[in-house]
Parts: sequence; structure tokens; C-alpha cells
Amino acid sequence: MTFSRMVRQAYSHPAWRQLCFRPMYPGVRQQQTAASLGDVAGMQISPLTVLSPEEEMMKDAVAKFASEQIAPLVSKMDGEGCIDEKVLKGMFENGFMGVEVGEEYGGCGSTFFISNLVIEELAKVDASISVTCDIQNTLINTLLINLGTQDQKNKYLPKLATEYTGSFCLSEVESGSDAFSMKTTAKRDGNNYIINGSKMWISSAPLSGIFLVMANAEPTAGYKGITCFLVDAGTPGLSIGKKEDKLGLRASSTCVVHFDNVVVPEENILGKFGHGYKYAIGMLNEGRIGIGAQMVGLAQGCLDATIPYLLQRKQFGRTIFDFQAMQHAVANLATEIEAARLLVYNAARLKEAGQPFIKQGAMAKLYSSEVATRVTSKCIELMGGVGFTKDYPIEKFYRDCKIGTIYEGTSHIQLNTIAKLIGQEYSS
Amino acid sequence: MSLRVLVGCKRVIDYAVKIRVRPDKLGVVTDGVKHSMNPFDEIAIEEAVRLKEKKIAKEVIAVSCGPTQAQETIRTALAMGADRGIHVEIPAKEMEKLEPLHVSKILAKLAEQEQAELVIVGKQAIDDDSNATAQMTAALLDWPQATFASKLEKTDGELEVTREVDGGLETIKVKLPAVVSSDLRLNEPRYATLPNIMKAKKKKIAKMKPKDLGVDLASHLEVVEVVDPPTREAGIKVEDVDTLVTKLKDAGRI
Repeated sequence: MTFSRMVRQAYSHPAWRQLCFRPMYPGVRQQQTAASLGDVAGMQISPLTVLSPEEEMMKDAVAKFASEQIAPLVSKMDGEGCIDEKVLKGMFENGFMGVEVGEEYGGCGSTFFISNLVIEELAKVDASISVTCDIQNTLINTLLINLGTQDQKNKYLPKLATEYTGSFCLSEVESGSDAFSMKTTAKRDGNNYIINGSKMWISSAPLSGIFLVMANAEPTAGYKGITCFLVDAGTPGLSIGKKEDKLGLRASSTCVVHFDNVVVPEENILGKFGHGYKYAIGMLNEGRIGIGAQMVGLAQGCLDATIPYLLQRKQFGRTIFDFQAMQHAVANLATEIEAARLLVYNAARLKEAGQPFIKQGAMAKLYSSEVATRVTSKCIELMGGVGFTKDYPIEKFYRDCKIGTIYEGTSHIQLNTIAKLIGQEYSS
Repeated sequence: MSLRVLVGCKRVIDYAVKIRVRPDKLGVVTDGVKHSMNPFDEIAIEEAVRLKEKKIAKEVIAVSCGPTQAQETIRTALAMGADRGIHVEIPAKEMEKLEPLHVSKILAKLAEQEQAELVIVGKQAIDDDSNATAQMTAALLDWPQATFASKLEKTDGELEVTREVDGGLETIKVKLPAVVSSDLRLNEPRYATLPNIMKAKKKKIAKMKPKDLGVDLASHLEVVEVVDPPTREAGIKVEDVDTLVTKLKDAGRI
């Protein structure tokens, strides 16, 4: 069942109508509104897509770099399965990899919302580049900014902002959506910990200078033993395994990372011992807004690459865009992208305003990744035969978007999260 | 001698935008259209910032004439490395009638006020293609001019400027103070990086009006009509030269 059908069914359900007129339900909302007004007092309420001058400038700066420096290399990078060195260097030099990292560490000292704008703009051109930027900003940097000790920040943030990527190591062969069933362990040995295990689906692993590794340091405590360790690249025992041969995001390397008696000192624990599970969940709550931004950008980029062809290609003596069936298809896709963008922007703005955002973040990721799936698929059809060839970028958008409904929480996991929160809202 | 450099930067319709003529045929559609800094002015800013990096310049001032949004252009210049900005406020309606002579008068006045020893502007703006501001600014100031610069080097109290002319390259020397206009190959402008955009927020932009500078904006030019370029018709293939000549004669081309 498609999401839109689900929504339609939900709305037509008698219980829903009944709820709309129940005084209790508006009560819940009023409470929230009052709280929001208090918290965001002084903040000017403006349309979601209206950007501040600073946001506008940064968005333009990224778009310019993306179209001039990345676009010409997209197809080559996809074919070769790795990011062009100059592109990666440019990403660091232009500050895309340290959007929220403070100026004192060589970052921009900017906002979460702007991180999302950067991710969206990059995804319009290349989703592989976008995801590399997304992970760095919304997971790696954020974890260090929020949890790092001063020493850890001094050591890693300047490099993460200007020099190397970091990799987030959570999933394992037998531990995907069921993240807490991980087998990787960290055994105490004097002032050190010895990490053993293997992590899967590790983005950017060959490029990374640091690995944020979730390992269970106290298996008897169950998931409450999961602890986050900072492991430098090159630490003896850490090895990068095979690179996955993927359908999409081919330029972004995804590898297995092995930890074979990797010794890390106690001070490399990020945050509190046994709190790794909280951090992982917490970060992914934010991270998935970034994936939403990536999917919105990808879908928009795909549509942007499709429409000029529709306006130019002639059949039956007129451009194919002149046919109403094509116009309506384009109008529908553009509307879906707009809806997804509003969900993403709102989730990001909520997060930035210190408001609850978990449900909205999950909705944004769920919806935008499914919109991207529909848009890219439909765009191939609108383009006809050429859409199916590698002469046009549409097929790449189509391949790249498929991961959107899978990583940083599958669509099912998003639905679980959303349903759980809805359940809580009604049962208090 | 360490120079103070004044750089003009104009906000124009972005080069990638498809231009549409207004229904009244007196201009082009600007509302809701993406604007950015005139590319030749980006080159001018870049050159000024490089002069500063080489310690030849001590300060780079970016000037833009235009409505409130011209400040975005100045911010871009500041993010590229200019030290401060001057926004000469001209309402959108009057902006349509702003002529190179007006801008030249403003720049000349500011160059004097700021005690600038070098004025750099783009050789032309990509919207009106006037290619007149540098020349007129130099004339008003009675300073030497070096237009279409593709290379710029400072020697004692002079600038050695390479110009791209029809026959090749021409190298000239101008005494400072001088006015320079930048050509396409002078340099490759840097990007405004995100950290520099943040830093630019702290830089100052002074605001003033043309009348504060004693510049009168009375029009000397009147736009009679703006029309789309004629659409190119598809060509045809002919068998031989005779047919070609006949066809051309029929079409009234020869």
C-alpha cells in the first residue's frame, strides 16, 4: 500500500472524523502549541521555504560548487566507484564537511538547517557526494560536538572539518534494524579496551581518519553495555574489508570494517560508558532528517534533469510536454517533492528550535525517500527510451534513491517510530 | 605603497537564467528571477583580494549600487575576501534607469572619499553589456585607465597590465592611481566558502544614497523597445552552388 493511500484511508476512517470533533484531541495540540510559542518566543514565524539571507547565500554557494565542480565528474565517479580527490578536497575547502563545527575548530559554526540545505543541494547533482557530506555533518561531527571531551574535540574536530571523513560503525552482519543485538565487544584490559568484531555497511571507510565504533563493553548488561569508541584509522588490528558492489551511490565506498584485537585507551570512549545505544538512536533521529534532505534534493535534481527534455522532444508535431498527460505527471511529481521538502524543512527547523522532532523527522525520512523512489521511476518513463540509457542522468538518480528507504532506519522502522509516538500521544 | 582598492560589483540576473522580455517590451522580467554577482565583477573582486594577499593592497572595499538585495552581492564580495562594503541604495524602480554614467559618478566620488588608489570593475555587466563604467570613471577622476586586463602586476608606483586585443596581447603601464577593468582570463574567482560566508556577516556595509554623494540620477537615455532576438529558422541543404545563389537571392540575402 502506498503512503498516500494509507493517509487517504486513515482520513476516511470514521474514528478519525470522530477524533477531529473530540475536544480532548485539540487539547493535546493546544498544549503543544502553547509550549512551542513559549520556547520559540521572539522567533519570527515565516513560511518554511523562505530562507534567511545567510541560508540563501550558503545554498547558492553549494549549488555553484556542485554545478561547476561536481556535475562534470558525476558519471566518471559513478563508473569508477570512488569520489574524485579534487571534489573531496573541494568539499573540505569550501566548508561543506564542517557546517556545524565551531569556527575555533576550522568549521563554519553554522546551523543544522544549513547542513540539510547543503545535503539537499549536493544531492541535486550527486547523491554519493551528498551522503558523504550528510554522514560527516549529521552523525560524526554532531556526536563529537555534543559528547566529545575538550581533548577529543581539539584532536578530531579540526581534522573532520578540513581534512578527513569519519565513519559511523553500528550495523553488523546479524545486526541491522535490530541494532542492539550487536556482537562486537570491547573487553577491558587495564586502562585500555580491546575491540573485536566486524561492522558492515560502513560508508567512506577507505577515506576515514576516524571510526566511531559501537561495541558492547559489558555484554551481561545487554544493550546497556553498548559504548561508543573513537578508533583512529591505522590502529593495529583495524582493517578495511571488501567494498560492496552496490546498485547505487557507487562513488561512496561502503565496506566491511574488521576489528581484530584493536586496543584503544579508555579516554577514547565517546560520551558515557554504556550509553552508546542512546547516542546511536539519538543521532539517527537527527541523521534521518539529513537523509530526507538528500532524498528531496535527489528527487528535485532528477525532475530538473527531466523537464528540459520534455520541453524539447517532439512527437506528433509538438513537444511532449504539450501533452496534458505529461503535464499532469510533472505537476504531481513536483507537488510530491514540495510536500516532502516541507516535511524535511519543518523537522529540521523543529530540531533547531529545540522542539520535539522525532516523529516529524521519521515522517520526513519515510515520505521523502518514498517520493524519491516514485519521482525517479516516473521520470525514466517520461523520458522514454533515453531515460533508460546512461546518456542521461535519470537512471543514476533511479539507482541512487533506492537506498533511501533502507539506510538510517528502513521505512518499516520509521513507521514503527511514528506509530509508537502516536500511540503515546493518545494513551497518556 | 599599500593600496586601498575600490571594487564595483553589480547584481545582475544569473548567467544561467533564461531571460524573458517583459510584456510592456521596456525591459526584461526580473521578479522572482535568480540574481547573482556579475561574473566580470567576481573577477575584479578576486583580483583585489589577491592584491591584498600579496600585501600590495591594504584594504578592499566592495561597492554595489541597487535595491536592498544588492547587499547580497556585497555579502558575496565580503565572503570572497573584501574587507567592507558600501551599498549605494537605489530603489528597484530607479534601478531600471540607472546608467553607466551614474555609476561612474558614484564610483569616482567614492574613490575620492575613500582615498582609493585603485578602482577595479568588471569590463562589462552581463545584463546591459554597456562596457562603459571603467572608462567613464577614469575620465571623471582624470586617472589613467587599463581596460580588459588579463594580467596585472604592480611595479613601483605603476601597474603593468596585459590586455587582450584583437591582434594578441598588449602590455601597457599605467601610473597609480588608476582604473582597471577585468577581462575573463584575469583570474579564476574563488568560491565563497561556508566559513567565509559566516565571517562576512561580521563585516560592515555602509549605506548611502546617490544624493549623499551629490550624484544626480537624471536620465540621459531612454529605452525605446526591448525585444527577443529573432528565432533562428532551420536551414536547408542545397544541391549545388547555383541553387544556393538562387535561394539566397530569393530570400533577399544577396
